[in-house]
Amino acid sequence: MAEPLLRVEGLWRRFDVSKPWLNRVIEREKPQFLTAVADVTFEIARGETFALVGESGSGKSTIARMIVGLLGASDGRILFDGKDMTALPASELRALRRRFQMIFQDPFASLNPRWRVGDIIAEPLRTFGLATGAAAEAEVGRLLETVGLSAKDAEKFPHEFSGGQRQRIAIARALSSKPEFIVCDEPTSALDVSVQAQILNLMRDLQDEFGLTYLFISHDLSVVRHMATRIGVLYLGRLVETAEAKTLFREPQHPYTRMLLDAVPDLALSGRRRKPVTGEIPNPISPPSGCAFHPRCPLVHDRCRETLPEPHSTATGMAACFATKGDRAETETAGTA
Amino acid sequence: MTEPLLSVRDLRVEFPTRRGTLTALDGVSFDIMPGEVLGMVGESGAGKSLTGAAIIGLLEPPGRIAGGEIRLRGERIDILSPDAMRRIRGKRIGMVFQDPLTSLNPLYTIARQLTETIRTHLPLSEADARQRAIALLDRVGIPAAARRIDDYPHHFSGGMRQRVVIALALCAEPELVIADEPTTALDVSVQAQIIDLIKEICAERGAAVMLITHDMGVIAETADRVAVLYAGRLAEIGKVKDVILDARHPYTKGLMGSIPTLTQESDRLVQIPGAMPRLSAIPQGCAFNPRCPEVFARCFVERPEPVKIESGRQVSCWIEEWKVGHG
Repeated sequence: MAEPLLRVEGLWRRFDVSKPWLNRVIEREKPQFLTAVADVTFEIARGETFALVGESGSGKSTIARMIVGLLGASDGRILFDGKDMTALPASELRALRRRFQMIFQDPFASLNPRWRVGDIIAEPLRTFGLATGAAAEAEVGRLLETVGLSAKDAEKFPHEFSGGQRQRIAIARALSSKPEFIVCDEPTSALDVSVQAQILNLMRDLQDEFGLTYLFISHDLSVVRHMATRIGVLYLGRLVETAEAKTLFREPQHPYTRMLLDAVPDLALSGRRRKPVTGEIPNPISPPSGCAFHPRCPLVHDRCRETLPEPHSTATGMAACFATKGDRAETETAGTA
Repeated sequence: MTEPLLSVRDLRVEFPTRRGTLTALDGVSFDIMPGEVLGMVGESGAGKSLTGAAIIGLLEPPGRIAGGEIRLRGERIDILSPDAMRRIRGKRIGMVFQDPLTSLNPLYTIARQLTETIRTHLPLSEADARQRAIALLDRVGIPAAARRIDDYPHHFSGGMRQRVVIALALCAEPELVIADEPTTALDVSVQAQIIDLIKEICAERGAAVMLITHDMGVIAETADRVAVLYAGRLAEIGKVKDVILDARHPYTKGLMGSIPTLTQESDRLVQIPGAMPRLSAIPQGCAFNPRCPEVFARCFVERPEPVKIESGRQVSCWIEEWKVGHG
């Protein structure tokens, strides 16, 4: 297999959520840590769309922020095109940064309201010294047309645009430094469905045109189903399953993935009876022992309460569950040996 | 045929502003039968929440009902005094809002909020009201209800809070529950639980539900009939199955095609070009005409009225009107 464009190895992120020092002394409390991302490993090949799905608090956005460098990692490595970004000197990192960009969830917060759209889109061009003056202006016009707006829109301010149009501007800005890799953090969850369809179609067209690689983050399984080539399912900061998109939806392995798929409302009106979902995501400050999913899992047994299941390869990808492993214990040992 | 529980006729809601009057709802008519779940879908700004607010008399000023009528079991409620309306709200019409944190008072215990509402509407003693509150919390699936009733809202998770809000909406045995985006703030796994709960409890108590949401999937799972709103007008109304599997209005067709599903295999989603018009710039004729793939001359001039195409099914589109007229 070719070298993956992005490789994340044993990534951890802990947040210090302790009370202030004096309170801790008076109330005799220990420092508290929230583990947002725990031991996450995955690879993204060139040209594919890898999606991370999970409910709130599962660590999706934290991973995205660590990959683009908005947050430092507590532990682990992030390799972009074979170079370890956590160990690279600042000058080399800067050169590498041109090659990846990010699109954020809220197009109302991610564009500076005091800047003209043209300046917003030209900023990466200027920062990376790719174009100045008239060349930059021409490039901005071309980018605006690429995302389905008019070159004249460069003169306007963000407030003159609707949510969907703003997200197009954010995409134009992300494209301006000619990146290979774009991290999309819930790019359509603030949009209406008809506008969401426009943006998703645009993102796929751009992927074909420029050979982009996406890390696509969403809580909406139907959107992920539409966009992704491979999918990673997160639960309380840990990757519980990764698989090819098609097989994940056809044969979900991990009980949590099955539960998530069951919970998606059915538009086809097939009359499918779903299993009732039980419980809610536990508090990440004091996650359950062993497998974090065990209090909600229909397949739970004693071992899950004590030991953390290691990720193991399955017929369709990877899963971290004793039950799925037990099912194919023999093929498993044969496969890895 | 039985009498509708709620009947809305030609409802028109206006917002007078300095730059002229904005018409947020224009000629919206529908009925809700006793025990029925009516879904109300549309994109942001279509007027779905406004319809709910107009029914319970909670329009934000300067918004006002400028025309039409709303009847609850035949009695007009849009012209009631604020005092009389307050007795209906909570008693005969219960409400569940999107954000469970803002619909509960953070300074009062759950017990106090529930018993206060129960005693306002029902002649019960403090102790009886508390018993009833515990029974309700138990029914909506709060574990150890008798103990947790003395907790404050912040002690509960989002899903649990929404359960408390549902208990609060149901505590005076209302005939109608208006649920405005009850699951939008929740995660999918919890959303499914709440949908099932609303459906179950209302069926059990014979309460009708008006379910306002932007999520067609939620409607498909829950509602009996669905009304599709566009720019403050009713585009289409009918049985959920008919509307979803055989949409007639071009907007509904586009909307259904633009939703990615778990089973589809196609590479591209159907897209409706453009966005919903602002209230200040609703086009003449049919409000959907700038985005409609099947538009023709009449759509720019005359506004289509809802036409009945089969029993219980209405579509506001000139094409359907023509089909009806020509057999």
